[in-house]
Amino acid sequence: MSAVWLNSVGVVGPGLDGWAQAARILSGQAPFAYRPLEPIEPELLPANERRRTTPTIRLAMHVAHEAVGRDVASERSGLHSVFASAEGDTEIAAKICQALALPGRPVSPTQFHNSVHNAPAGYWAIATGWRSPYTSLAAGDATFSAALLEAFSTVVSDKVPVLLVAYDLPAPEPLTAAAPVTEAFALALTLAPDHSHAALGQLELSLSAGNPTVCLNHDLERLRRGNPIASALPLLEVVAMSQDREITLTGTGMDAVRVGFTPTA
Amino acid sequence: MQHLVITSYTTVTALGRGQDAAVRALQEARGGLHPGDFADADLPMWIGRVPGLEQVPLEGELTPFDCRNNRLARAALECDDIKGAVAAARERYGANRVGVFLGTSTSGIRATERAFSERDADGRLPGGYVAHYRQTQSPFSVADFVTRYLDLRGPALVVSTACSSSAKVFATAWRHIQAGLCDAALVGGVDSLCLSTLYGFNALELISPEPCRPWDRTRRGISIGEGAGFALLESPAKAEGRVALLGYGESSDAYHISTPHPQGEGASVAMEAALNRAGLGPRDIDYINLHGTATAANDAAEDRAVVRLFGAQVPCSSTKGWTGHTLGAAGVTEAVFCALALERGFIPGTLNTNEVDPELRAGLVKAGRHEPIGTALSNSLGFGGTNCTLLLGLVR
Repeated sequence: MSAVWLNSVGVVGPGLDGWAQAARILSGQAPFAYRPLEPIEPELLPANERRRTTPTIRLAMHVAHEAVGRDVASERSGLHSVFASAEGDTEIAAKICQALALPGRPVSPTQFHNSVHNAPAGYWAIATGWRSPYTSLAAGDATFSAALLEAFSTVVSDKVPVLLVAYDLPAPEPLTAAAPVTEAFALALTLAPDHSHAALGQLELSLSAGNPTVCLNHDLERLRRGNPIASALPLLEVVAMSQDREITLTGTGMDAVRVGFTPTA
Repeated sequence: MQHLVITSYTTVTALGRGQDAAVRALQEARGGLHPGDFADADLPMWIGRVPGLEQVPLEGELTPFDCRNNRLARAALECDDIKGAVAAARERYGANRVGVFLGTSTSGIRATERAFSERDADGRLPGGYVAHYRQTQSPFSVADFVTRYLDLRGPALVVSTACSSSAKVFATAWRHIQAGLCDAALVGGVDSLCLSTLYGFNALELISPEPCRPWDRTRRGISIGEGAGFALLESPAKAEGRVALLGYGESSDAYHISTPHPQGEGASVAMEAALNRAGLGPRDIDYINLHGTATAANDAAEDRAVVRLFGAQVPCSSTKGWTGHTLGAAGVTEAVFCALALERGFIPGTLNTNEVDPELRAGLVKAGRHEPIGTALSNSLGFGGTNCTLLLGLVR
């Protein structure tokens, strides 16, 4: 099966603040200290747009921006993008369902158009001016691996670079008891069909039976188990350590998704 | 890869269950919209409801998945022997080599709406809802249900890009098969009526108080419908004469979250990309199934895009007046209408439209007609500025 190049990573979570800082923790050079996520204010959005967005939208845009780099404009035509979230914007879903339970059912028009699962992707396209295709997907506990397969198959079949952005936030009350996400986590990756000086290494994907890899740093297990996107943490550990190693991610069907990483020499 | 053959397909909408029900309604000019009678929604509107979903809960080990959306999915899987075709594919390729890629915009949010109206004195949601959140509210719930119902074990995901969701799953299937991740794919889409979309579109002032009239001079907005559709994509040895996905195109408007680019620039890019992938030109297209929602903005923008690329000659129609806008199920439902147009030589008309807007120049077909066609294009354009065009045709 073909391989793709991993060029950059963006990441944010409780105690993880950007790839440079996270890579030191993930490679064992610095200890992990759990710290609840601060509110995020993405630079790309003008202040009036920012007000209309939600924490989920801002989280997605923040990690996407980190992975693409400061100079989003140099990618003017845009990368094909795969946005992914297991549960979508549960804060908006709760607000709309709350409004529907009130007399007169006063659903806010802004909340309604922000409620689509692809709202983060739509705001990202507007902010960057990218007209390239994006998708927005969900696959439960396997949401990250499904996004990786979709991104991988796009790089392989269309020979184009791809931006992958995946994110989930814990649901607000009263959905907290029902929704499976307990920790905030988001990451973004850029993948490319050809080698460049930016490449961190090569990813090789295959499908076969296996159990998901756990984090080498057991302190990170709380995150990995508390957010379907954080199932990517063992992969990020391998990348941060520049190790030549294969990890296994939960798949949707009979097979797991095996990801081999070969660091750039 | 040149094409993917659609070896089995079906749809359930307000027009009825299965291919023949849809064809009969389209040929007899019998629409599926009627005055709004969903739950206790109190809005002046017409809707396309699928009758009978209330009476037949899911049973057995799939009981936890019981919600309107999954009942609608099951209703479609019981039509046109698509279950038999999927079983044959499972046998042929292996259960782990058949992908399942489905579109939905709201999955089972109706279950969450009910739960919020049944909160206890402390504001807690009912225990039955809490226990089955993943099987109903979660976006993936419909794909989870369908893979279990059909015993498929390959890659599965849900695409949720508003009204382009179940068009984009065809592209996802193409890429997964091309990359060797599976050999065949069941694609589809399911979106069921819920108060969120009815009151949400109402808040945006996009709901028509009468049956929607795409392309009409005095169109007043959309009518919402529910629907489900499925298509099995594979590469059989003998493809000649069968309906196939010849190409697809995707793009973003990068313009506004709920209004299309006024010149339809994103829609143009998607249509051009579909033609390029299929190696065809505008003159090769025999019929266009428009997104045609009957909002002022959509029809104007889409008309500009279509006319710029195809001129005013290619027969076009919107089927939203028949089924209502089935949102996340619109892409596959209308792909199925294109497949039926190709196989049965019948171009559907544009129901309810009286006087075509003189500002709009596309070659709108008002009354359906028998005419053999070899290729059909279908547009799906959604909130977030997401566009997807599918190109279907009979394999030569």
